[in-house]
Amino acid sequence: MELNDAPGGAEVAAVSPSFVTTRLDFLANWARANSLWPMPFGTACCAIEFMATAASRFDLARFGMERMSFSPRQADVLICAGRLPFKLAPVIRRIYDQMPQPKWVISMGACASSGGIFDNYAMVQGIDTVVPVDVYVPGCPPRPEGLMYGIMLLQKKIRGESLADAALRTERGVGPDGLYLPPPVIDELSEPFGNSVHQTRSA
Amino acid sequence: MSALSPSVAGLRAAFGDAIGRALVACGDTVVVLDRARVHDVLRWLRDEPGQGFDYLVDITAVEYRDPERPLEVVWNLRALARRADLRLKVELDPAGPLEVPTCTDLWKGADWLEREVWDMFGIRFAGHPDLRRILMWETYAEGHPLRKDFPLRGHFSRAEQVRQALGTSMEGHYALPSDLDVEEYA
Repeated sequence: MELNDAPGGAEVAAVSPSFVTTRLDFLANWARANSLWPMPFGTACCAIEFMATAASRFDLARFGMERMSFSPRQADVLICAGRLPFKLAPVIRRIYDQMPQPKWVISMGACASSGGIFDNYAMVQGIDTVVPVDVYVPGCPPRPEGLMYGIMLLQKKIRGESLADAALRTERGVGPDGLYLPPPVIDELSEPFGNSVHQTRSA
Repeated sequence: MSALSPSVAGLRAAFGDAIGRALVACGDTVVVLDRARVHDVLRWLRDEPGQGFDYLVDITAVEYRDPERPLEVVWNLRALARRADLRLKVELDPAGPLEVPTCTDLWKGADWLEREVWDMFGIRFAGHPDLRRILMWETYAEGHPLRKDFPLRGHFSRAEQVRQALGTSMEGHYALPSDLDVEEYA
């Protein structure tokens, strides 16, 4: 062994086992968290910040995410960067349904998370009324540092997952009524807040 | 401020009573027309030597907050060679039929412009070959969003809006005309 040839190598080899023990959970979560392949769903200015995050200055590749997956079938994390109109709601739902488990969703920016300033007839008031969301990144748009912090939170969340917990991987598909959440929950999630309560003057 | 466009005098000579008031707004000449003669006037402005308004810039509509004021359909024309602009308006009674003649036979580009006005304001263009919604999806059931009686958040609850958005198939949102001929559009 070449280890023995190095100075002091024999001593090191004597105390170093040639195997490691670990939990399967830890190993799987370590692999998953450090090779997240994002499916970019960029619809607005947040997508510009997302591109900056992926480019050389901020370098998303440091987190194992350099491989953008433009096919949902090879993606792990759906990053909705920008506002989601109702016209795109079935599109993002189908993309989410096409992604294989395990999968996560990051809602990037105020519009994706809550509808933002667009509290109007055309805009989904938070993508969590359409697909389940793991991490919400605030900001309008969030700086790349903000998105990376959200990604690191997601990695932290993944490291805490358990393979034995089947509930994490349970799919909640769109039911026969066309919704995945009960209607009162959607109405509550979509309620006006902040400045948008003053937007009804012309209504 | 610049003066009234010389096209107005030509329009009055050619169409008489069908031409209503004309004014200059921010340097642009605005002419109000009779609804029945819109198509004739547009064709005349396009084809008459000396006018040459060969470019249809935009078709849009206006509804004012004042309920007494009529809806307006607006055509913006430009004569590319003469570098002249003209804006035509037709006033529609909100209570009456919201319909004006199409000009897709004069400018093919009017197709989507007229569909947008129909989608947002509910103004029909008689004779349009394919008057479907263009911005909202085709099965959208809440009305015409840019009308003043349309609430900002829409008529339905958020849950109903999400349900309608998710419940219908994407393919159903965008029906192609069954007689679509690729050769014709090429």
